[in-house]
Amino acid sequence: MTSRDDITGYHPRTCYFPDMLSPGTTAQADPPAPVVRLPRRRGIEFTLIVVAVLLSVYGYCDVGLARTGSVPPGAAGYGAGLGVLALLAHVAVRLRAPYADPLLLPIAVLLNGLGLVLIYRLDLETPADRAAPTQLVWSTLGVGLFIAVVVVLRDHRVLQRYAYVSVVTALVLLVLPIFFPSVNGARIWIRIAGFSIQPGEFAKVLLAVFFAGYLAANRNALAYTGRRVWKLQLPTGRVLGPILAIWLLSVGVLVLERDLGTSLLFFGLFVILLYVATGRTGWIAVGLLLAVCGALAVGWLEPHVHSRVEDWLHPFASIEAGQGPNQLAQSLFAFAAGGFLGTGLGLGHSVLIGFAVKSDFILATAGEELGLAGLSAIFLLYGLLVERGYRAGLALRDPFGRLLAVGLASIVALQVFVIAGGVTGLIPLTGMAMPFLAQGGSSVVTNWIIVALLIRVSDSARGQYEDTQAEDTQHEGKPYDAEVAP
Amino acid sequence: MTGNGRPMTRYIRHAAAFCALLLLALLANATRIQIVQARSYDENPANRRHTIARYGQPRGNILVGGKAVTGSKDSGEQFRYERTYKNGPLYAPVTGFASQVYGTDLLEGAADGVLAGTDPMLSPLPLWNDLTRARNPGGNVVTTLEPAAQQAAYAALGSRRGAVAAVEPSTGRILALVSTPSYDPEELSGTDSAVADAWARLNGAADKPMLNRAVRQTYPPGSTFKVITAAAALDAGVVRDVDEPTESPDPYRLPGSSARLTNEVEGCANASLRYAFEWSCNTVFAKLGVDVGLAGMRTKAAEFGFNDRQLKIPFRVSPSTFDTRVDEAQLALSSIGQYNTRATPLQMAMVAAAVANHGSVRTPHLVERTTTDDGDTVSTTGQRTLHQAMNAATAVRLRELMTDVVEEGTGENAAIHGATVGGKSGTAQHGIHNSGTPYAWFISWAQADDSMEPAVAVAVVVEDAAADRGDISGGGDAAPIARAVMEAALKSSSREGG
Repeated sequence: MTSRDDITGYHPRTCYFPDMLSPGTTAQADPPAPVVRLPRRRGIEFTLIVVAVLLSVYGYCDVGLARTGSVPPGAAGYGAGLGVLALLAHVAVRLRAPYADPLLLPIAVLLNGLGLVLIYRLDLETPADRAAPTQLVWSTLGVGLFIAVVVVLRDHRVLQRYAYVSVVTALVLLVLPIFFPSVNGARIWIRIAGFSIQPGEFAKVLLAVFFAGYLAANRNALAYTGRRVWKLQLPTGRVLGPILAIWLLSVGVLVLERDLGTSLLFFGLFVILLYVATGRTGWIAVGLLLAVCGALAVGWLEPHVHSRVEDWLHPFASIEAGQGPNQLAQSLFAFAAGGFLGTGLGLGHSVLIGFAVKSDFILATAGEELGLAGLSAIFLLYGLLVERGYRAGLALRDPFGRLLAVGLASIVALQVFVIAGGVTGLIPLTGMAMPFLAQGGSSVVTNWIIVALLIRVSDSARGQYEDTQAEDTQHEGKPYDAEVAP
Repeated sequence: MTGNGRPMTRYIRHAAAFCALLLLALLANATRIQIVQARSYDENPANRRHTIARYGQPRGNILVGGKAVTGSKDSGEQFRYERTYKNGPLYAPVTGFASQVYGTDLLEGAADGVLAGTDPMLSPLPLWNDLTRARNPGGNVVTTLEPAAQQAAYAALGSRRGAVAAVEPSTGRILALVSTPSYDPEELSGTDSAVADAWARLNGAADKPMLNRAVRQTYPPGSTFKVITAAAALDAGVVRDVDEPTESPDPYRLPGSSARLTNEVEGCANASLRYAFEWSCNTVFAKLGVDVGLAGMRTKAAEFGFNDRQLKIPFRVSPSTFDTRVDEAQLALSSIGQYNTRATPLQMAMVAAAVANHGSVRTPHLVERTTTDDGDTVSTTGQRTLHQAMNAATAVRLRELMTDVVEEGTGENAAIHGATVGGKSGTAQHGIHNSGTPYAWFISWAQADDSMEPAVAVAVVVEDAAADRGDISGGGDAAPIARAVMEAALKSSSREGG
């Protein structure tokens, strides 16, 4: 059993569950511990939010100073707007999720603020096509939904009831764009009243809810060991059905919508959650095998995917062919131009990437203008966000909550890896939005919802345990007791 | 453990470790691109960043006579600052062009580091720039050109095709470098389609306006080469007295062949060197060349600067050639500046300068010094001797012979009142069976009567296809141009001296 001391503020309440610390002993044998009021740490959160807003405003001013030598006229408005949004979110958390992890919201504010700065900076290169104002509107909507989730959703376990509703909604959302015209080779957008929406983004959250609910309910059955081959315990054929279904869904998304990134994300998410739920390495083996089969088949059948792999293996092939650098080569040039310290905001030439420089390739601008130092900081911010999600998962008692927290954090982790690895030439490039940074309304809204759910589960992990402890102890304790005292 | 909530902790930690691994992979890969392999990406020719940076600030200027003959204008485009030229056609053989599309040429290319601000010498603290990524403002290039001489040469050539090179014999400073027809290099600045049109038009034009005839084109030097043959004969002792008969027949039968060489003037049979030089007897110099021998002629030509592939002023000068694998008949023709003997106008100006400067050839150079944009000197071109081309005594005798040419021979058109002028004309035949319109040459030097040093040595070539063949001659066409350039140089030299 792992020590829980590392979980902030958890320690005092572990006394309610003595069996966790010392299996075999009984609750009655332990003296009752004094109830300690948990630190809520909302002050820390507030301070960090102020820092995040100030950093973003500094970046905004820096762009103007570097380009024209003066602070951009919109600096005050931008700072005020971001500050008010952050403050409202903070108030919502303070009122409705007082025990929530104090790092989640400041990280989200900083990443979103930085994303707006980068998009504003790139807007200067394309005066005819300004994306920052729209992005600010979407961010506002995102924060609004964040507040709504934090206020309305009082207990994350409610979501478990809607697992199947979620999956149906997710499938509908995924299928919807097929009836709309494709944009730049991918059928992932729907256009309504002038707004482009990527329903697949929202489907991520819904699928995470479904996976968590399904696996929490069925993990015992899934964990039933089938045949053992060498060191791998293969699952039985009966339970292979669901994983095959998810695999087919991923391949379907890939083939029908030509969206390699999303399909990779879904499948990766499912394999991670399956492993966490069952602990069966056999699942990973089966998962990897299916992924490889799927990738090979699709790579062979789909020219779109095949060319992405070719670009990844030979990023300079188009230069050698005399057609000039392609987007990936331009992206690599941008990162390389950044060096360690970067050119400084507003002074790089990442706009040479051309199309999608504000969305899929936004990281190249960060890499060129903030350098390896700034890029590493951004990666570490994402790392910290994921880590806080996992930490909430560790602290929670209920399997659904744990899987949900792990699932949401994994969405962020996988998404960052797939797109950041893609634009830096680590893996084949697949179109996907860098969470919070990239231009794209659906993405930023979805990410605010993810953070809202993480706020909710982290609050549950630390604060709301007392209400349900008896129920959980019974539920969780039974098989354990049976094991130690047959 | 199976099916229990708590062991899930372990799997969550495994999954977290997996995510940490992904993070590490991203960080390691970012380090690879941004640090380890950054240089190779930066230097990829398809990466436009260095071009953008290069045109991101005004380019430094090229100065002639203390005034900038170049400029920069802000175009607002991606390659922001475009080059402008004042008197573009006049100075094009010096400045070359600086084009966003076609790169740089001549001085714009050779001094690009200073002009573009990339030369590390421009920076007071080189490492500081590496850190801040600041770029130095473009520095300036101060040329040795004498604007009056340059303008005189350009005006004197007029609409004819030809070139003028003028140097200061005692220093090697290039005073004039003109090539006609010329072009305006500003037409090549910028990125719009007019630039591509201009490029195509200038490169396709029959009279090659972008060819720098003064340093990048070689011509058969004809009779002007006889200065070198005379120097070789005197240095080798083949001729001991310029007034003694040279025992040369007229016509001269080329050794090992039945071809006979004749003269266009009378009295060349057994003429003295003085007479032969003054009236340009082919027979005498062909025989003298053969008498000196291939080794002697080859060495002497090299001492004047022929067959030198390394010469830069600071841009490359096409090597002038003296064929070293010839039989005696070919050597005889080579010695009168025909066969495979070819020279740039600058090379022939160096020949005249060597005679004027006691036999010493100074390294020709076009850049006096380079400065920062504030005017602080970054580097100065040192004055060096390229070769001692002949004995000082030989130089004295050749000065005398060249002066005679101007005073009473084929170069009377070059005489200047108040100055000693020495010259040598040449009419070089070329083409198959010498069918082409001959090139008119004149090389000369001038020393003011009140001066200790010669002020200028000049070489003029006129290749005018439109002219009647009979009208083209060194003394008639080229000498007046040389005189105009020398007068301008003498005037400004006396102004500086006074």
